[in-house]
Amino acid sequence: MTTMTLLEAVTDALRTEMRNDDRVVVFGEDVGRKGGVFLATQGLQDEFGAERCFDTPLSECGIVGTAIGMALYGIRPVAEIQFLDFIYPAFDQIVSEAAKMRYRSGGEYTCPLVIRSPYGGGIRGGHYHSQSSEAYFCHTPGLKVVIPSTPADTKGLLIAAIRDEDPVIFLEPKRIYRTAKGDVPEGEHVVPLGKGRVVREGTDVTVVAYGAMVAICEKAADEAQKRGRSIEIIDPRTLVPLDEPLILESVKKTGRCVVVFEAPRTCSYGSEIAAIVAEKAIGHLEGPVVRVGGFDTPFPYSLEHLYMPDVRRVLLGIEKTFNW
Amino acid sequence: MNRTSATAEEPFSILEADGKAGRDKDPNLTPELLKRLYEVMVTTRVLDERALALQRQGRIGFYLQALGQEASHVGAAAALRDSDWLFPAYRQPGIPLLRRVPLDDIVNEWFGNDGDICKGRQMPVHYSFRQANFVSISSPIGTQISHAAGAGMAARIRGDDTVFMAFFGDGGTSSNDFHCGLNFAGVFKAPVVFVCENNQWAISVPLAQQTASASIAITASSYGMPGVRVDGNDVLAVYRVCKEAVERARKGEGPTLVETVTYRMASHSSSDDAARYRDAKIHDEWKERDPIARFQRYLHKKKLWTEDWELEIHERARHEIHEAVKRAEALPRPSLDSLFEGVFMNLTPQLVEQRAELLALKGPESEELGHFPL
Repeated sequence: MTTMTLLEAVTDALRTEMRNDDRVVVFGEDVGRKGGVFLATQGLQDEFGAERCFDTPLSECGIVGTAIGMALYGIRPVAEIQFLDFIYPAFDQIVSEAAKMRYRSGGEYTCPLVIRSPYGGGIRGGHYHSQSSEAYFCHTPGLKVVIPSTPADTKGLLIAAIRDEDPVIFLEPKRIYRTAKGDVPEGEHVVPLGKGRVVREGTDVTVVAYGAMVAICEKAADEAQKRGRSIEIIDPRTLVPLDEPLILESVKKTGRCVVVFEAPRTCSYGSEIAAIVAEKAIGHLEGPVVRVGGFDTPFPYSLEHLYMPDVRRVLLGIEKTFNW
Repeated sequence: MNRTSATAEEPFSILEADGKAGRDKDPNLTPELLKRLYEVMVTTRVLDERALALQRQGRIGFYLQALGQEASHVGAAAALRDSDWLFPAYRQPGIPLLRRVPLDDIVNEWFGNDGDICKGRQMPVHYSFRQANFVSISSPIGTQISHAAGAGMAARIRGDDTVFMAFFGDGGTSSNDFHCGLNFAGVFKAPVVFVCENNQWAISVPLAQQTASASIAITASSYGMPGVRVDGNDVLAVYRVCKEAVERARKGEGPTLVETVTYRMASHSSSDDAARYRDAKIHDEWKERDPIARFQRYLHKKKLWTEDWELEIHERARHEIHEAVKRAEALPRPSLDSLFEGVFMNLTPQLVEQRAELLALKGPESEELGHFPL
């Protein structure tokens, strides 16, 4: 075990897999010589050369389009999109091409690639360095969507994503890149996609959260505990495919559910989780399923602390499941 | 027109009106290759005619013809080795024939039946033929251009000498991926030949409204690669120009943009009627430059063409297509399971649940939505 930050775990995962499989290549804007704007790819070009870790022109469409071509030809591309807010030029390639390649070709051609991208707010990034647009990708059949919340999960999930035979959108909560620290297994460490994690056990309310929201929910759970509420926190880790049984079993035990996420509320992935709980655990619910998310506004700059779910709002959400 | 090599300006051609090859231009292909090219071009035309007829009879849902563009794509693809990869658009039906894809695989795709490689998941002509290194086709315009660039980058990383050829139309040059793909290919010296089949029309929009550029070929200079213009109705010229581009790519000298100047003689698709927006006079002018007729005159002069042979190609093509259609129509629709398979390598729990939901349905099945032709 080594203690590292979530950001260092990204680098460790990439390095581990590049050593393990010489088909793995890492590329994107500024990932080579500079090592990425957040330094997630620092040292990789030195160790693996400019053939396997390289800078590209400033074009997300081109980064993903060429990644698809590479995957079709049989190498393992790990493309970085500098901020998730800039992924939209690549949307057509992701949704129309990567996601559909296996299906539309009857399995003749596949697209095993990873698109890594820092996402989410809390770094004073304004509209264009803060968004949580995971729902767009979850809505597209053929894509897996992964969001880690701890350094160990980051390494294990990223390695699993690189080894996966299907396209994976791997979203990194940049707000906790350097603040999330923890023990990470050295060398080989795989966390299977599709398996969630019980962050803490509790009996009164299930809180489902992912990415940077997990830590907020842990603080909120501590506060709730002081008020006599025992909170169970579930981190799905993979949004697609979702570990439904883990969430449903928890809700059946607690009878209450709050879903916490940063994205705008309407048509959010939190809404999907709420719908699943309502559809499959209605007989166990003792109160409404509550969504605590961003607001249906563009992501703000000066008032981002009010936009993002915080301890206060998570606590309010928890109370709503009792008093409605 | 006396030049012996291609440039980005006037289209390079070899075949003259009387069937002669221009002085010092004849690539002197073997009789076997010449006859093969002709046979594929003629078979392509027969295949197109039959498919459109099937669509008009309501037996298949949709079709896109390549009428008038047979030389453009067959000539280009013939410049490749079989191990080289193709990233086609949706108007290159001659390439699967050139690569000897079984007719059943082509016809089953039109019907979207249980024998279809793509399992009935796509509209007609959106083929995938891995055995022929013919990559799965999609409908969004231009996306395959970046794929070809990326595959070329991958081949360079691996040290392979595979060459990649991407096809797109004049409309495709307005797509994001035309810029991205050529830009990346230029920067990374990807071994790609980008073939723009400039057929003058993107559905109803003429070239002049697609670009103000004097030609498509000259845009190559922005990406640091050569751009060449070739008479797309001249199979020998297309072959020669593409052969040079393929050799450059294979030697590690990077990509080339080839503009084949041709004309879409048919409507955009079976759902379109070009007579509503095109001038019949221009159509007739292009008819005079029919790529098959021009090539036939050349072969005739070389004593490689006879009427009997022509008849034989037509009859064989019609017969084989007829038989393949008969077999295709006898096949059932894809199985219900196939609806859920192949989204991912393995079914997710959610897909397992949704499949069970569909399987558990009782009562009469919904009627098919709509009937062909739409």
